[in-house]
Amino acid sequence: MKSFEYLRPETLDEALAALSDPDAASLGGGTNLLDLMKLGVAGPERIVDLARLPGLDRIETLPDGMTRVGALVRNSDLAADPGFAAAFPMVAEALLSGASAQLRNAATVGGNLMQATRCAYFQDPFAACNRRAAGSGCDALGGANRGHAVLGWSPACIAVHPSDFCVPLAALGAEAEIAGPSGTRLVPLAEFHLLPGEEPHRATALEPGEIVLALRLPAAAAGFAGNARYLKLRERTSYAFAVVSAAAALRIEDGTVAAARLALGGVAARPWRCSEAEEALAGKPATAESFAAAASIALSNAAPSGANGYKIVLAERLLARTMAAAAAGTPAEMPALPGSLMDDTGEAAHA
Amino acid sequence: MTLSITLTVNGTPHHLALDDMRVTLLDLLRDRLGLTGTKKGCDRGQCGACTVLVDGRRLNACLSLAVQQDGADIVTIEGLAPEGSLHPVQEAFLEHDAFQCGYCTPGQIMSAAGLIAEGADGTDMERIREGMSGNICRCGAYRGIAEAVAEAARKARTEADA
Amino acid sequence: MPDDFASQSHIRLGSNSGKPQTRLDGIAKITGSATYAADNAPQDMIWAVHAGAPAARGKVVALDTAAALAHPGVIDVMTPENRPELAQDPDARAEFFAMKIDVLQNDAARYAGAPVALVLAETLEAALEGARLLAPQVEAEPARIGFGSSEPYEPPFVGFGSPAKTVTGDMEAGFAAAAQNVEVEIETPPQYHNAMEPHAIVAQWDGDRLILDTPNQAIVMSCPMFAAYFGIPPENVHIRSPYLGGGFGSKAVINAPQILACLAARQTGRPVKLVLGRSQMFGPVGHRGATKQTLKLGIDGEGRLTALSHHAVAATSAFDDFLEPAANASLNTYACPAISATHAGSRWDIGTPGAMRAPGEASGSAALECAMDEAAHAAGLDPLEFRLRNYAETDPASGRAFSSKELRECYRLGAERFGWAGRPLEPGQMRDARGRLIGWGMGTSLFQAPMFRAEARATLRADGTAVVETAAADMGQGAWTALAQIAADGLGLDLAQVEFRSGDSKLPDAGIAGGSGHTATAGSALFSAGQDVVAKLAALALADPDSPLHGAGNQAVTARDGRLFLAADESRSASYADILASAGQEALTGNGEGVRNPKDAEERAMFSHGAVFAEVAVDPDLFQIRVTRLVGAFAAGQIINPKLAESQLLGGMVWGLGFALHEEGIHDPRTGRPVNGDLAGYHVPVNADFVQIEALTVPEADPYVNALGVKGVGEIGITGSVGAIANAVWHATGRRARRFPIHVEDLL
Repeated sequence: MKSFEYLRPETLDEALAALSDPDAASLGGGTNLLDLMKLGVAGPERIVDLARLPGLDRIETLPDGMTRVGALVRNSDLAADPGFAAAFPMVAEALLSGASAQLRNAATVGGNLMQATRCAYFQDPFAACNRRAAGSGCDALGGANRGHAVLGWSPACIAVHPSDFCVPLAALGAEAEIAGPSGTRLVPLAEFHLLPGEEPHRATALEPGEIVLALRLPAAAAGFAGNARYLKLRERTSYAFAVVSAAAALRIEDGTVAAARLALGGVAARPWRCSEAEEALAGKPATAESFAAAASIALSNAAPSGANGYKIVLAERLLARTMAAAAAGTPAEMPALPGSLMDDTGEAAHA
Repeated sequence: MTLSITLTVNGTPHHLALDDMRVTLLDLLRDRLGLTGTKKGCDRGQCGACTVLVDGRRLNACLSLAVQQDGADIVTIEGLAPEGSLHPVQEAFLEHDAFQCGYCTPGQIMSAAGLIAEGADGTDMERIREGMSGNICRCGAYRGIAEAVAEAARKARTEADA
Repeated sequence: MPDDFASQSHIRLGSNSGKPQTRLDGIAKITGSATYAADNAPQDMIWAVHAGAPAARGKVVALDTAAALAHPGVIDVMTPENRPELAQDPDARAEFFAMKIDVLQNDAARYAGAPVALVLAETLEAALEGARLLAPQVEAEPARIGFGSSEPYEPPFVGFGSPAKTVTGDMEAGFAAAAQNVEVEIETPPQYHNAMEPHAIVAQWDGDRLILDTPNQAIVMSCPMFAAYFGIPPENVHIRSPYLGGGFGSKAVINAPQILACLAARQTGRPVKLVLGRSQMFGPVGHRGATKQTLKLGIDGEGRLTALSHHAVAATSAFDDFLEPAANASLNTYACPAISATHAGSRWDIGTPGAMRAPGEASGSAALECAMDEAAHAAGLDPLEFRLRNYAETDPASGRAFSSKELRECYRLGAERFGWAGRPLEPGQMRDARGRLIGWGMGTSLFQAPMFRAEARATLRADGTAVVETAAADMGQGAWTALAQIAADGLGLDLAQVEFRSGDSKLPDAGIAGGSGHTATAGSALFSAGQDVVAKLAALALADPDSPLHGAGNQAVTARDGRLFLAADESRSASYADILASAGQEALTGNGEGVRNPKDAEERAMFSHGAVFAEVAVDPDLFQIRVTRLVGAFAAGQIINPKLAESQLLGGMVWGLGFALHEEGIHDPRTGRPVNGDLAGYHVPVNADFVQIEALTVPEADPYVNALGVKGVGEIGITGSVGAIANAVWHATGRRARRFPIHVEDLL
């Protein structure tokens, strides 16, 4: 790991001043940045530890009904907050389906938004990667790419965003509250992460010197609390990144979907909001047929970027399944295996 | 740069002049404080062998800079129980043969102590399995681990009720 | 060698063996006080970190040593240009178990991650950064990765000296007699041991004596191997390895980083600590080589095998040979008049494979059990019934009698416990309440029951307690406990009266902890050392006119609870302490050897057996798999410690699940670099992967394997389990695994 200077500002102004240095990086829990530094993928000259900034560890309701979650709130605390979990159950489920309890105790909301792709070629300083080193190429194309993108990728980069948390956030129309030298601004979460296009080295909408201050969820998002699920396919039962994941929140009135909020994870460089599918589903009966049709729309532009065509099939089926699970009602209690299709298998089955 | 930090480790305050900002909490414990009970299995938050309690919560010591924890209260396997006695989780691990090589064991035990402290229903086996999945055991002692945690959780609940 | 093996047979173990004794090293392990190699930090110690080749095939053309040396805290950089001489050519295979290693002998990169330089620094942080700053550049040629990448070759042998080609019976006639043939092709990937404890060494020199703290599965055997590299006598090497944080075969042979650390310690005159990073364990410390296996089974109208051919192409490195003896798994499992087990090698630009838990058997039995399941279905028979019809009463390959084989009882007990009866023959017939597909599968477990050679010493002290010594290795299997139990029985003492010293090369050679033969081998040595003490003690007592045992003539004495009793009249006895006191002796030492009776070894086939039954739940659309039940029943001779043996068997079954569903070392097809060289990418099972898992043992008396009747339990659990899970997945979905691990896209 490269040596660095460590700063621990006490105020936002101090933090922003320190981050005006292009070789500075902001530190939340450290679970991603420290890892990237160990790999030699990140090598900041200065680390600006945000931990002591006041007021960023709170979950609050703003006068306009918005829920505001400070960037320093720990993943585990957010998932365990009774008010938050009741209003946004699929966000809590997504949080708890990710990583391990230890990591969730360290990881922060802001850090989760900022986390880098897990693409092996991005993580390997000896590999060509346009995301890590602009213009160097993409070794994932033509490499081991079973896990790579099927939506929104470009020949410059086929990486996927690894977050679980961000998937339901994108579906619910959450916004990132960003502070920078020129003040504070809001960016819809579904647009916070950038698709690779020609410039994959730019991963987020953050401008140099800016930091994520908080996350905001619109009051209306809580209106989906009764029918919301996050489901995640993994290659082992727990402690694994998503192969694909889906968030589905429905408002069902008299058996009809009044409104839907849908997003996919593990399929693109950003959590993938399925707006067209949402529109198509609105007004349709809450049935398996409607869900399948909507899921099909969500994946209609998907294309494999390598040996990952199976993910298109899986994503479509999973999205439909998640809608069905949401339609069945948010579980009264958080499932023992959050986000899993494989819970409740304790009883032996017979022919 | 050098920075003075204070850590309370197993009840003892340490005032340290840290001359290298890169030192992780794990390497600080092992290499500078001589507390080698906490193990390094992957150094990247992917195995759980380095789990310690920081301000009462389980954390991967490998993915935290030591400076980040300035002021924190840290408990490692060496300080889980008073000298000469065993914590109920340790007793249960012994009883259920919840380890073989023993290398992941300190992390498993600290993680279990953290899990029980979190207060989620510690007697539901499925929740225990999920809650302990951040600790890899390559010897495959998972059944014993889950049973040991359940027993320790039951004891903790009984004591809390009493 | 003792000439009275026969008299040693059927010995009665004492009161310690057979007890579920809690691990004697348990307190140390649960309190964090057990000292693993990397926990040592001698005065004045420095750190070493190696840089690895970024490409699998080519020439290192640049190393930025200046940048590394300029980094604060870096002391030195060792490269091929300045590396001190070694006394032995690292490419010589000077000894059978000395694999070729990459210790900076030249500028060639022959697998990704091979050491290309070593950085020495005052702190770990500086050493790591120094290694990164070296930024090695390789003039690379395309890597050969995969079975299509090079021409297969015919190996002289496979594994550690197993035959590469064995044919028994008339294959042509066998297939001609078949009513139908079943052909199956299955691939298994490279798998990496990934013991939780990364390979570590703390090396210090005291003059020309080398002191090593390093985890080692063959402690005494490794001393001459280290010594050879440095031109010193074997007795000048002292290895301390009290605890291994897992080994699984990867800590049995010497690896390159260990030698580099020793060199660095000699050159700097300071103790050197080198600990591999997790990603560095995907290259220089061995792995289970990939295989591509083809099986053809001929079956007659009654569901009996008429011919069985098993061909395995096994991957090895471009420069050394360790071929997974996969096909040999078919030689000893099922009765068949004609069996052919053949191998070919395939050279990849990858680190040399090595023994990994159940080498050969794991991969081979995975394929065999899948093929047997297909054959059972083709024959219209229940998989268990099909296996019973092909039950081998004698060893199929050699025709020899088995030393013991309670496999039938394993089948019965396992099936009963699992509730196998009533399983539908056709796949896709069972669902759970949530609509998930349920499948049941089974597999036969088989593993050799070898013995190597070990020595032990037992010393009875004046107070009637004893010290027993042998350089055994406990990598988690429980040697500290099970061997002490055996030793106590050999001495006729309670476990608490015995101090067991182990894990140190200054002690008598315990042989290797591998091949599931350590308890049998080291245990036999310890037991006979105890018996030697007892015999000497008896001689003293019988000759002592004041002893209650005096003049007993040739009547046998029995040793129990620290006393010798006259067998014919137990009212006549004397305590060990009294016998020693009367004889005026402070202590009495006995020696023992553990080795198999060559006649029995010649005449009998010796294996542990078992049967594993698996239930899986599979999502019908999304094909997520969860193993909801795994039940194994095993016959492994005398069980010394049921609690620890169960843990070993369960551990093997956990590995079986990993093999079937998770483990896969992926190498970039162009550069050969590991793509998933960490524990987030290389999946091993986690706690939530297990719902119900159970390992039962079946009583089995074996008078031939050794005097103790002990076989092994360390590796057999993985065999059988892989096939059982894959077959259960088929039974749920109707889709056959053609490669491991089973991927979701293979089921869609």
